[in-house]
Amino acid sequence: MRLSGLQKEVLALYRGCLRESRKKPEATRPHFESFARIEFEKSINIDKKDFAAVEFLLRKGRRQLEVYSAPGIKDIHR
Amino acid sequence: MAALRSTSSRLLATASRHAFKSTAVMSRSMASVADATVESSPNASSDSRMKSIQVYRWNPDSPTEKPRMQTYKLDLNKTGPMVLDALVRIKNEIDPTLTFRRSCREGICGSCAMNINGTNTLACLCRIPTDTSAEMKIYPLPHTYVVKDLVPDLTHFYKQYKSIKPYLQRDTPSPDGKEYRQSKADRRKLDGLYECILCACCSTSCPSYWWNSEEYLGPAILLQSYRWLADSRDEKKAQRKAALDNSMSLYRCHTILNCSRTCPKGLNPGLAIAEIKKEMSF
Repeated sequence: MRLSGLQKEVLALYRGCLRESRKKPEATRPHFESFARIEFEKSINIDKKDFAAVEFLLRKGRRQLEVYSAPGIKDIHR
Repeated sequence: MAALRSTSSRLLATASRHAFKSTAVMSRSMASVADATVESSPNASSDSRMKSIQVYRWNPDSPTEKPRMQTYKLDLNKTGPMVLDALVRIKNEIDPTLTFRRSCREGICGSCAMNINGTNTLACLCRIPTDTSAEMKIYPLPHTYVVKDLVPDLTHFYKQYKSIKPYLQRDTPSPDGKEYRQSKADRRKLDGLYECILCACCSTSCPSYWWNSEEYLGPAILLQSYRWLADSRDEKKAQRKAALDNSMSLYRCHTILNCSRTCPKGLNPGLAIAEIKKEMSF
């Protein structure tokens, strides 16, 4: 399946989330991974042609990733 | 928040009841009491001046919904003179979900920068046009990502501000070990620069900044940049100039001068940019 640029960006963000969780302590790593998964699944029903919404969620996601990738954050609870 | 609102409305109610008995102490201590008297006077409804105000609404919690304009009707006789008064009144009395930034209500904090009737300005310094037949339109600052309703995302703007190192940089201590002194003439060079409150009205009105905001610093940041270049106490002038010496940071200014036209504090970022260009070329 050929992916659009926007879809690639979404996947890149998810990849970034997983890569960042590799830097967290091994014990809490699953928390970060499942948190990322749940955050993405929250907006799984959004139409792929609704560019404005997807772009907004991408920006929001990048900001969240930036916050949570700070080295001081060791664990995450939903 | 809700508790605060209910107490204030109760206070208002008691105040208006007391206002008939003309309690001088009450009417002097609170600004809103005077308004309440106007409201309770019997002939207020006969000469009401209803003004409709259109406000940009967008809620990030439902991102699939498109932004829309919502119309509110206010009686100007019961509202303060400024646009911010109208917005606060809408939030208090009509629609508590309306979101905007505000703090000082006197044009010193720069929080309430927004686009009012097509001009970027501070809501607290902008009078409501008294012509009640015309609608007033309020949008967030143009070409900014919107956080919610009238709240723009200024993260990038602040990052750019940080990038110009807006603080005094010195290696040599002052000769007498006290504060760094400055002649009156040197201090005068900072007038018209230090007053900038970084409300981002000028930057977001600049077409050049709209298209190149990633790399072009924009008028507000360049004005601040010049504020530190012009400071006689700063010793890193060469480094500051070197940081600006590329095609994007400074030279995307094409003297459109929307910045000087829109500045709610009456400053002239266009002139400051021209001064930087002059310093860089000689």
